[in-house]
Amino acid sequence: MLERINKAYKQIARANQTLGRRINVMEVCGTHTVSIFRAGLRDVLPDCLKLLSGPGCPVCVTDQGYIDAVLSLSERDDIIIATYGDMIRVPGRNGSLEQKTNKGNIKIISSAQDALNLAKQMPDKKILFVAVGFETTTPATAVLANEALNEGIKNLFIFSNHKLVIPAMEALLSEKNHRIDAFLCPGHVSVIIGSDAYKPIVEKFKRPCVVSGFEPMQIIIALSEICSQLADGTPAVASLYDAAVTPQGNKTAQKITNESFDIVDGYWRGLGKIAKSTLKLKEKFSSLDAEKQLGIQFIPEEDLSGCRCGEVLCGLIDPVECGLFANSCMPDTPVGPCMVSSEGACAAWYKYARRKRQN
Amino acid sequence: MCLAVPAKIIELNGDDAIADCVGNHIQTKTTLVPEVKLGDFILIHAGFAITVLDEEEAKKTWKLLEDMDTFNKTNNKVSG
Repeated sequence: MLERINKAYKQIARANQTLGRRINVMEVCGTHTVSIFRAGLRDVLPDCLKLLSGPGCPVCVTDQGYIDAVLSLSERDDIIIATYGDMIRVPGRNGSLEQKTNKGNIKIISSAQDALNLAKQMPDKKILFVAVGFETTTPATAVLANEALNEGIKNLFIFSNHKLVIPAMEALLSEKNHRIDAFLCPGHVSVIIGSDAYKPIVEKFKRPCVVSGFEPMQIIIALSEICSQLADGTPAVASLYDAAVTPQGNKTAQKITNESFDIVDGYWRGLGKIAKSTLKLKEKFSSLDAEKQLGIQFIPEEDLSGCRCGEVLCGLIDPVECGLFANSCMPDTPVGPCMVSSEGACAAWYKYARRKRQN
Repeated sequence: MCLAVPAKIIELNGDDAIADCVGNHIQTKTTLVPEVKLGDFILIHAGFAITVLDEEEAKKTWKLLEDMDTFNKTNNKVSG
């Protein structure tokens, strides 16, 4: 173990020397952010290696307009909102779903299948499935849509805001003021899309893309690999999570996703409009499409005043640089989504790095 | 949100499975991993198996989850 750590330190020093400045590595996935903090890796890595938390928490990147659209639907007596738990505390302009649970029409689900079961159990209600998440989560929605269509379910409506990781990574690198030298690529998204999916980023932007699992030692080895590539000027795709990730990914999941969704332009918190980055149900699922059937007005909105989640998601600032952090924005009273989700960068910084700041 | 946990399939009926994750029984759909068999180790995300794992990897992750649980309990004591 010590040998691997020493090797990582050597590679980090080499990359630092080659670049002649600090190395900035973005961990795209919120689960990595939490794993890195929990293992104390930020404290033991040399100062010349900076870890930036990226847009890998689906709750955090969800546009304010989508959240407000869901909130407005929660006011209707004929609608039951079925949502993954991460979403209920996200503040909109008019409260959060959590504050509306007294009406009994907000149901927290742990699987897309639960939304189908709710539709069967409550035939006189319209079930709205809040379909957010990256490539890991999308295939489950695709299965749900196909089952609901095949079974002739009439009271289930899917409000799709599923996102694609690769266009977001490309958008970040296309920003003039970005400071990303390499990506630590998400583990479970890569299970679905495969490590080859990052090849276009390497080819176009010449940035290392290294997939890692969540064990601290694997993350250290991934950082070592990234720095070795940076030092040698040989950016490439590499995967250290071979136990779960293949170059091609899960073809069955990709197929059902491709057959169920169209890729459209979409809005992201902090990143704005990104071309071909969001998934909407295909025409054959029109009867299940919440936007078409429930008359949803989904208007992209500015982020809440003073909230700098957008800059955090782009790796431009650390959470502690936001004036609201640990002041008016706390885990119990979050202002921005990065403080809501346990995988959000602000929540992770609050939990693991706040004491250090106070000292 | 992209968290996934490893588990062992202990019941399989079509694409409906029950999987065991350190004693917790999780209802799981195997639609996305049609090749799966009874006794296989899988990675579950939001109620769906997303890949098949080998036993060693599953056990490594269980250990990681156990450490996380211990850490969280300890951390809560310190902060509380």
